[in-house]
Amino acid sequence: MSTSTISRRNFLRATGITGAALCLGFSFSADGKANVIVATDADQSAIEMNAWIKIDASGKVTLVDHRAEMGQGSYQSVPQIIAEELEVDLKDVNVIFAQGDPKKYGGQITGGSSTVRDSYKRLLKLSATAREVLIAAAAAKWKVSATDCYAQSGTVIHKPSGKKFHYGELVADASKLDAPKNIVLKKRSDYKLIGKPLHRKDTPMKTNGEAIFGLDKKLPGMLYAVVERNPRFRGKVKSFDAAATKKIPGVKHVFVVKMEVFNTIREGVAVVATSTWAAMQGRKALKVIWDDTGFEHVNIADIYTRQHEELKKEGLFFKKQGDPDGILTKAEKMLDVVYQTPYQAHSAMEPLNCIAHYQKDKIEIWGPIQAPDWVQGDISQKFKMPIDKVRVNMTFLGGGFGRKAFLDYPYEATMISKQIDGPVQVIWTREDDTTQGPYRAGISYRAQGAIANGQIMAVKFRMAGQNIDHWSDPKRGVANSSTTEGFLAPYFESIKNISFADVPFEMPIPNMWWRSVYASTNGFAYESFIDELAHEAGKDPLDFRRAYLKDERCQKLIDKLEEVSGWKSRKKNEGYGVAITECFSSTVGQIVKVSQKAGGGIIIDKVWAVMDCGWYVNPDIIHAQIEGSIIMALGAATTHEITFKDGLVEQRNFYDYKMPRITDIPPIEVHIIDNDADAGGVGEPGLPAFSPALTAAIFDLTGKRIRKLPFDMANI
Amino acid sequence: MTSITVNGKQHQIDADPNMPLLWVIRDIIGLTGTKYGCGVAQCGACVVHLNGDAVRSCVTKLSRAAGQQVITIEGLSANNDHPAQQAWNEENVPQCGYCHSGQIMSAAVLLRENPNPSDADIDSAMAGNICRCGTYLRIRKAIHLAAELQRKEGASK
Repeated sequence: MSTSTISRRNFLRATGITGAALCLGFSFSADGKANVIVATDADQSAIEMNAWIKIDASGKVTLVDHRAEMGQGSYQSVPQIIAEELEVDLKDVNVIFAQGDPKKYGGQITGGSSTVRDSYKRLLKLSATAREVLIAAAAAKWKVSATDCYAQSGTVIHKPSGKKFHYGELVADASKLDAPKNIVLKKRSDYKLIGKPLHRKDTPMKTNGEAIFGLDKKLPGMLYAVVERNPRFRGKVKSFDAAATKKIPGVKHVFVVKMEVFNTIREGVAVVATSTWAAMQGRKALKVIWDDTGFEHVNIADIYTRQHEELKKEGLFFKKQGDPDGILTKAEKMLDVVYQTPYQAHSAMEPLNCIAHYQKDKIEIWGPIQAPDWVQGDISQKFKMPIDKVRVNMTFLGGGFGRKAFLDYPYEATMISKQIDGPVQVIWTREDDTTQGPYRAGISYRAQGAIANGQIMAVKFRMAGQNIDHWSDPKRGVANSSTTEGFLAPYFESIKNISFADVPFEMPIPNMWWRSVYASTNGFAYESFIDELAHEAGKDPLDFRRAYLKDERCQKLIDKLEEVSGWKSRKKNEGYGVAITECFSSTVGQIVKVSQKAGGGIIIDKVWAVMDCGWYVNPDIIHAQIEGSIIMALGAATTHEITFKDGLVEQRNFYDYKMPRITDIPPIEVHIIDNDADAGGVGEPGLPAFSPALTAAIFDLTGKRIRKLPFDMANI
Repeated sequence: MTSITVNGKQHQIDADPNMPLLWVIRDIIGLTGTKYGCGVAQCGACVVHLNGDAVRSCVTKLSRAAGQQVITIEGLSANNDHPAQQAWNEENVPQCGYCHSGQIMSAAVLLRENPNPSDADIDSAMAGNICRCGTYLRIRKAIHLAAELQRKEGASK
């Protein structure tokens, strides 16, 4: 964004009975460039008014979190950025969630670890602009030079005299001023908030029950619904018998409801009642006969058998350099192995739910929603309602991990609300959440490579697994756009002969982004194979990476990993493994140390993680995200997997889809590399390196290569 | 009608006596701090205190709570200042926060029964509570801090 795009028009005059309020925001022109625009009150201004900051005449500051808060910390990091340049104390500001409104906020999809890296430059600028306007207003009131004034803790202070105005006293005057140009942003070394491990503003309300998650939102007259959906992901209701259901006290309505999952239709029978429990009891009494003709009833073993078979084909090349085929054909010895990764459910602690209130002239939605702007657009289109008549409200999300960016559950809730002509909360049981997808796809990988004189001569990777893109895009014949996700770009500088291919693989199982997306499975295959090549070359696996990852940031990360983990002083086959992956513009390296458990099995003694995410806001949130990512990866590698039998999911709840518990958690030590690179993602990049580092550590200790996830640590 | 006392306040509940306490508390009484996570006593998001014991409200029938004292997260302390709550804030434990009502209610019983818990004591008392965000290391740290705060509070009384 350039300073020249700052609007020169006067601020709008404040109106309304609550007095003046100053709002700043951005609009996005058709060419995608941001324009700073300034106005007085979001509610009074035209649609292009985009507000993150609101200051009223009493001095109360309200900041907007335009992204979803699902644990990753946007509710803290967005205000922490704004407060730095605005010069307000975080304890004094009120934070609210934006509604879905891409015209105001730009894209709001909270995914791809994008909140800070997409927003921070414009938020800094926007906040500094607001501060300078307030300083200018104070200087004009005092008839002094603005350069003699400064802002601090929500006040403007005249340095020579010590006179003060709080921001509220200035908003009416500020609203009549032009937006200043040539805003100077603070140096990173002058930050008082950014870069500090501040306490999160949402913590207190998450320790006394006050935080409102989707399931906690209530509307007057709201009914509760559960839905018995076709258990094979798609297809229709042939018939149903609700006689017993209707006898359950509290049950009000029973009817067929349609859900669209991308291009597939999935019907279910909705039971709507006066309480969640009554709806659940009604559903238990329901008898439904399904029509799922035309859909294959798959079994998990067949999926992997087919994938392994497909991996014999070349597939569609995504990236190829040099002549890996020529070299591998002539190689004296070729490593040729297959890695396998499991289907995974997201299993956020808060199961899916959504409130919808359909009315003739408007629709309002409340829920744990990762993409309020997408939901708004989808509902507007599907229900033929003007976009400004669709209001989508984000609550706190009890976890998301990608699942809550899907559009199916708000759509279904709106269908039910329309049918009953009133507000309704649709609750997915844990069993629904586990059995109905969409899932992270299970993917198999084939890796081929040759080593000569301790050097990589050629590497060839191919993957066979479902492609998320295929749910929304009927185009085929193009390789998965995420084929290399997770793989470090500097390898392409040093491995001269390398190729990546995607072997098309279709299955009637809905699949979707799952935290760190393809990097979560690619990372396991690609980094495991680098470890195998290092072993084949007779090289130390960390030194091997040091030789191939010549990029300066990677070198620093490797040095840091070595230093913090005591890698050099380890003994031979003591149980150390390393992996390094990149996703969403951040690189994370991990070293795992394992040992043999008394009585059999493997125990993880320690995990070291080093994160390079460039510019960052809150180091404590980064630590927390990496700790959590490692534990999520631990579960996906060792304790849970979604499997299918006759087209049905075999797992139902936490007794057979087992999460890691406090008893399973190794010590985790996190380090952040400081540099001045642009901000990278934080919520996901900590995940992919864990499983290849773990299996490399097990190989180091036992000589056993694990190429299939999940595996049971007790049986090694 | 079933009479139960929740956070010191008596309620006359007109509902199926088989309705789990979880849904009575959430849908009828309107206290939403107690969470639904699994419905089958696997995750601990719904833990409340029934006469001082930690119970899974998702499998505790309303009839079992008749005439009894129930404490939910909203009633654990007046000002979010139970030692566990203070420690949870100090150690920045929650991420999404959904499971932490249950985590804190489980920890509160542990801290009452065992004022100086070891790591192993904490693990065994907290193994019934799942956190999908993976805040376990901080939970352990916070319980140690809470024990310390509790001892200090005891000493100052």
